[in-house]
Amino acid sequence: MTKDITLDYVSVQFGDYVAVDGAHLTIQGGEFFSFLGPSGCGKTTLLRCISGFQEPTSGQIRIGGKDMRGIGPNKRPTALIFQNLALFPLMSVADNIAFPLEVRGVDRRTRRKRADELLELIALPGQGDKKPSELSGGQRQRVAIARALAVEPDILLLDEPLSALDLKLRQHMRRELRAIQKQVGLTFIYITHDQGEALTMSDRVAVMSRGRIEQVGDARAVYDQPRTAFVASFVGENNALPGRVISREAGVSTLDLGLPAPLRVATGAGPGAKLAPGAECLAFVRPEALRPCAPDATNAIPATVAREEFEGAQRHLVLDAAGRELRMTLVNDDRSAAFGPGSAIHVGFAPDMACALPPGEMASA
Amino acid sequence: MTGFRAFLAGFVDRNGLPVAIYLGVAVTIWVFLLVALPQLAMLDFSFRHNLPPSKMGGPEDVYTLEQYRYFFLGSEIGPEGWNALDIGVLVKTLIAAVAVTLIDLAICYPVAYLLAQSARGAAGRLMVLALIVPFWVNEILRAFAFRILFGATGVLNELGMSAGLWSAPIDFVGEDVALYAGLSYAYILLMIFPLYNAIESLDRNQIEAARDMGASILQVHRKVVIPYAKPGIASGSTMVFMLTAGALAAPQILGGPSNLWFTQIVYQWFNDGGNWPRGSAYAIVLLAVCIGFVMLMMRVFRVSIGAIGR
Repeated sequence: MTKDITLDYVSVQFGDYVAVDGAHLTIQGGEFFSFLGPSGCGKTTLLRCISGFQEPTSGQIRIGGKDMRGIGPNKRPTALIFQNLALFPLMSVADNIAFPLEVRGVDRRTRRKRADELLELIALPGQGDKKPSELSGGQRQRVAIARALAVEPDILLLDEPLSALDLKLRQHMRRELRAIQKQVGLTFIYITHDQGEALTMSDRVAVMSRGRIEQVGDARAVYDQPRTAFVASFVGENNALPGRVISREAGVSTLDLGLPAPLRVATGAGPGAKLAPGAECLAFVRPEALRPCAPDATNAIPATVAREEFEGAQRHLVLDAAGRELRMTLVNDDRSAAFGPGSAIHVGFAPDMACALPPGEMASA
Repeated sequence: MTGFRAFLAGFVDRNGLPVAIYLGVAVTIWVFLLVALPQLAMLDFSFRHNLPPSKMGGPEDVYTLEQYRYFFLGSEIGPEGWNALDIGVLVKTLIAAVAVTLIDLAICYPVAYLLAQSARGAAGRLMVLALIVPFWVNEILRAFAFRILFGATGVLNELGMSAGLWSAPIDFVGEDVALYAGLSYAYILLMIFPLYNAIESLDRNQIEAARDMGASILQVHRKVVIPYAKPGIASGSTMVFMLTAGALAAPQILGGPSNLWFTQIVYQWFNDGGNWPRGSAYAIVLLAVCIGFVMLMMRVFRVSIGAIGR
């Protein structure tokens, strides 16, 4: 029933421009899989390849083991939900949902019945006779999902469908999408530039940059153990500190990061473990990994608070540490009330809450 | 009435008094002097007897249905059934105009679709310009050029015969091929632009979405593109139909010897016959029949007049 999707070194070129460069991975049937990357990273092109609107320049796409080359979008077991949803404005909601059945020659009564079932599923019962323009943004979203499900596809492809919604609704729709996916048990392939969306909903995430897949893994792996500088800087906020390796032990390296004292940073078994003493490196410390600490604690960095960005639940402190800017995020409880701008403090982090990676391209802010 | 006054006041407020006065005068001149008055004069003429100038305004100058009666029933010497000749020409003209409209629609729909959906930005604008340029050639010249193209010793016959496709010259003019080609070409832009405008605003994702959900190319057009473009199709068809039915130069120059266009009869009454009342009546009949036909078609195809204005 569920079909694996295999991308076998898929590349797409437009003239000299390489949109997708050797994408190679397998998406398990029934998985919620996200492609995460900035705009122009090739994720939409890859989605169009899977849906059949774009043929790869080289490589193969297999769905359930079957090569998809030459098979049009109307013949693939995929359904695509467009960024702007592409509901048909002149048709009623029920006609929209039943459109895939209509073009397959299903009779009117069966169509109506199926549309009503799907309206039930998306919690819009009895709204079939309205026009899409009479629905709210979130409701239209759900209609687009129902319409895609009417084909009974094996794979649902979603191209940033939540980007047009406001924040509250977006968060609500994340939960809802995940719930619908669990309920229908289909493979969802989700395209987004919003890491929050990708991390909260997905079983696994592929982070893309400039047509290349940088890392594939579950949300924790991508966030906690980034394998490239791009992933570390793109997924979540991060303090990037360029420097040099001083010495190396199993799993931990000591780095000179241009701060008063050398710092100890975990490398695990990741790419950072291969960095020999003397090699250039990039250390990444998450703002939430930094904590105020005693001057003699591990990795203590003397700093002054330059300014504060208050966000309600969290306080973001921008620190000046020997001319380098560090961002620290504190939970807004009464203990963190100190450290106003101008105060001198020491901040530190546990070695395994940071990572050292070979230098590489970083995500632009 | 208060609504209208509020509208006027608002209009003056937004545009300033001079602009408002200019627009008011211009619209009045346009609507009354150029549109309504001539038509009313024609309407008035059509209900009068054909009198020499000396008797105009005299006791004999009274309103009559005589001109219309003639159109329907024929010769003045007693009723002898229907005026089969003139009614026949009117029906033939309408059928021909419908045919020309359909030909234009068939030619323009694919062109407009491709132009609107594949050519974007500067390339698209250039292509639209390329469509307009040939229409800088005036209508009469174009009609005669078509005669040369389609004539017995014309380019088409020369080519066809030298290629061995046919041995004797084909009478394209006599068979009305030249007429249909000329009329179709004359008003083709009036079909292509409304279609282009309508299709251009169609979200491309809708076409892809329909494809993705299993629709064939034909179904995409039938269920998504055509319903969306319907107002454009309606306004293009209306314009082509009206102008074709009312065309004079092309039928005059390109029509075969046996083919008479209704406008030619109107022209004859005005000009050769010197019978302005009858010419007016015929013209009014043509206008009324065309409007009636267009209204009927709009009802049949469920297009509202408001939709055409879009």
